[in-house]
Amino acid sequence: MLKITPLNQTHREMNAKMVDFGGWDMPLHYGSQLEEHHKVRQDAGMFDVSHMLVVDIHGENVRHFLRQLVANNVDKLTVSGKALYTCMLNPDGGIIDDLIIYFLSESWFRLVVNAGTADKDVTWITSQRDKTAPHLEIKPRRDLGMIAVQGPKARVKVWQVIPGAQATTENLKQFQAATFEQYFIARTGYTGEDGFEIILPANDAVDFWKKLYAAGVAPAGLGARDTLRLEAGMNLYGQDMDETTNPLESGLAWTVDLKSERDFIGKQALLQTTTKRQLFGLLLLDKGVLRSHQKVVTHHDQAEDEGEITSGGFSPTLNQSIALARLPAEAAIGEEVHVLVRDKKLAAKVVKYPFVRNGQILV
Amino acid sequence: MSIPTQLKYTKSHEWVKSESDGTITVGITQHAQELLGDMVFVELPKIGRTLAQKEECVVVESVKAAADVYSPVAGEVVAVNSELESSPEKINQDSYQAWLFKLKPANAADLAGLLDAQGYEKALESEGH
Repeated sequence: MLKITPLNQTHREMNAKMVDFGGWDMPLHYGSQLEEHHKVRQDAGMFDVSHMLVVDIHGENVRHFLRQLVANNVDKLTVSGKALYTCMLNPDGGIIDDLIIYFLSESWFRLVVNAGTADKDVTWITSQRDKTAPHLEIKPRRDLGMIAVQGPKARVKVWQVIPGAQATTENLKQFQAATFEQYFIARTGYTGEDGFEIILPANDAVDFWKKLYAAGVAPAGLGARDTLRLEAGMNLYGQDMDETTNPLESGLAWTVDLKSERDFIGKQALLQTTTKRQLFGLLLLDKGVLRSHQKVVTHHDQAEDEGEITSGGFSPTLNQSIALARLPAEAAIGEEVHVLVRDKKLAAKVVKYPFVRNGQILV
Repeated sequence: MSIPTQLKYTKSHEWVKSESDGTITVGITQHAQELLGDMVFVELPKIGRTLAQKEECVVVESVKAAADVYSPVAGEVVAVNSELESSPEKINQDSYQAWLFKLKPANAADLAGLLDAQGYEKALESEGH
């Protein structure tokens, strides 16, 4: 039996093509993935991301517990509503999940974790809580829905739909959230565009979605979500990173705090590791489409096919194929490599990602 | 679901049109293009290539996935629709107009083994569509 979000019936009414996405019945597209992609880059689109899980942690000094739980430093969070992107590591430095942590008060932090890892995450967090902070309450919030509204016109359209919310949210910086009535509104997203991710009571999700639609926000599915996030150079859990890879070889060194005295789970393993692989962007020079798991040949290795595409696909904005690939760390921006696609070697250029940000092509 | 009755089909979702000059024209069905979604790349065979029946001869790539197209019968490639190389979306717009290649069959008897529209519809039903 597939799990469903509060918007499941609404997706069907809007003629969504539904797919099994890690055990969730989710919309892949509502007719054309490409049109949905362009709508987000040029105007505004919305995604049902209610399959992701909000986990609230309550109790005295939650911060102290999170200091050892995650790799980024929650001491960066000093203003209520501020958010932090971080990895949660196992003792070997492998990535259990990537997540966003919101600071609300010293006795309340909010985590948003991936759908596919949600159960594993809650089990892990609970086991760590039991060891070091048994007084804390860990509350998975399946009573909440989550809708991402993304695009250059996303914020204005949200303000049309939630009268009065503009004053509370127009000065929010990137990675900052505020509460207005029943809405928890965060200026975050997964597309490389401006916009909000809005957490709200599950019972309000359908009404809110329909109002956004009436305001001209296009429904967008998982297909567009994937091409947008790939263009934006954002990692996808399970593809670009997992428990067998660490943040340093997954393009996420910037999220790991190795400077402070703070100890966190996985830190010792990261300090002892030498990073032989790094995540790079690839731009396909030949015709075709790059896909995950295709091998990449560089001249930096003895073994010919040591490089591997972790996320590949067609970029609708660039109208050519792009990829994220784990390559030998000495690979250089601008050099040419070859990707093994079926029986062919296709030429690709190593580039710095993101590929697209705020509607602008950067490569 | 559009399944034109004047065409023949394969279980692997190719359609086949018999032309008056004895050649056949091959494309993919509406069902196949819907499954794949927005097309972004098509790799066609070389003219003159000899194909065995069920040999992989075309790669169509959508935003979502790559898929192989198989030769419905044995024969020689006599034409390809090179327009698709710059406009692969034509397959989404009308998959029965956006033909992929034309073949000169090696053995006319191969054609008799293809499905008619009713047979293809049944094959789809048994696939659970």
